[in-house]
Amino acid sequence: MTELFNALVEFGPDLWKATLDTLLMVGVTMVSALVIGTPLGVLLFTSSAGGLYPKPILNLIAGYVVNVLRSFPFIILLVILIPFSRFVVGTSIGPKAAAVALSFAVIPFFARLVEQNLRDVPRGIIDMAQACGASRSTTVFKVLLAEALPAIIGSFTVTATGFIAYSAVAGAVGAGGLGDLAIRYGYYRFETSIMVWCVVIMFVLVQLTQIAGAWVAQRLDKR
Amino acid sequence: MIELHQVSKRFQVAGRSIDALQPTDLTIAPGEVFGLLGFSGAGKSTLLRLINRLEEPSGGSIKVDGQELVGLAGGALRQARQHIGMIFQQFNLLSHRTALHNVEFALEVAGMPTAQRRAKAREAMAAVGLSDREQSYPAQLSGGQRQRVAIARALATSPNILLCDEATSALDPHTALSILRLLQQLNRERGMTIVIVTHDIKVANYLCQHCVVLEQGRVVDRIDMADPKPQSLLGKFFFETAKGWTDQTVLPQEET
Repeated sequence: MTELFNALVEFGPDLWKATLDTLLMVGVTMVSALVIGTPLGVLLFTSSAGGLYPKPILNLIAGYVVNVLRSFPFIILLVILIPFSRFVVGTSIGPKAAAVALSFAVIPFFARLVEQNLRDVPRGIIDMAQACGASRSTTVFKVLLAEALPAIIGSFTVTATGFIAYSAVAGAVGAGGLGDLAIRYGYYRFETSIMVWCVVIMFVLVQLTQIAGAWVAQRLDKR
Repeated sequence: MIELHQVSKRFQVAGRSIDALQPTDLTIAPGEVFGLLGFSGAGKSTLLRLINRLEEPSGGSIKVDGQELVGLAGGALRQARQHIGMIFQQFNLLSHRTALHNVEFALEVAGMPTAQRRAKAREAMAAVGLSDREQSYPAQLSGGQRQRVAIARALATSPNILLCDEATSALDPHTALSILRLLQQLNRERGMTIVIVTHDIKVANYLCQHCVVLEQGRVVDRIDMADPKPQSLLGKFFFETAKGWTDQTVLPQEET
């Protein structure tokens, strides 16, 4: 017990910085998921054969890109993205560089989840929108995305909690963050106390994300 | 006035082509209630959905109030659809919107300003007898009430034509009748042309002036409901079963 407390005093600033780094990485990652992953998911859904606006070739290309990106082991993705990270954020190490790689991992993942969420909107709803004479943008925004929103929030929550844990791997490029701290101090240097604190903080982050996500989804879901 | 000339629909399923609808001629007069009768898979829903081009025809011409819909693209087609109301078996309400906002959807699409569409939507909700449920979400409404909201949505743009795809099939008989009464009232009071798809001869008997019977993508019977003289086995079967099922009722599939 005293040991745990002493560790907190000694490594308090490190833990704080690691927490901020994790939040930065996961924050950037989830913004990428939302801003790029969502439209990609919409594209995958609407362009599919029998979809709203079938575009077979575009769908094929988008599908391949997503699958290729999803096939990479994350650690490999981190390494091959080093030049790209350097180009985009000016560095190939640290939380910013890791955020680039994490974004590459999250975008195809989240896009597939969004695609599935849209698939779960009853087909009849789309018929209705078309029968009313709705335009493409109205059908996508006011009908498809609006109807799937509670499910998409659910996917977003699952993705966010997953990537809080995933960000630990980014320690391989010196990303910092809680997972990295846990591995470097806790695992390699046998500082069990600090590992415990890292895990506790990550648990709190995951828990808060889950509660917030469930709360929002439940408020939006009128079914 | 709805005029279909040699309209057909062919689907490609797994490399095989299936005729969902053989070339068909059909004229539906203004202010008429017209029934499309048949079993599931007969092509009656396909025929209905061709009228507002939810299905793309493989050939033929579709004229609604004199306007040719085949070949109409983008905005022009959307505009034409705004003048053709439609209701469905599964109601197809937006679950995240209140009843009133569901009705407003049809007007939003038409680009009407907020205040005006609110008033119009209220009017339509009153016309279907649901003024007190404007703020309810679909999940809080019964099946009959949901279909009323869907009817209100179809009415909101004041269309001359209402397409009904198995509109009462998911409802219990008592609720179904109340919906049919509402449709009849709309037809009588507003002179609205109604095209209704059904497999239930009771619906046709109650509501329709004319019917066609469809079987395997073909019209096999055209029936004047004022003086019904079905010629086909299937047509006869439908009118036979109107009296109730007996041991002597002949199933048309068994005969052919």
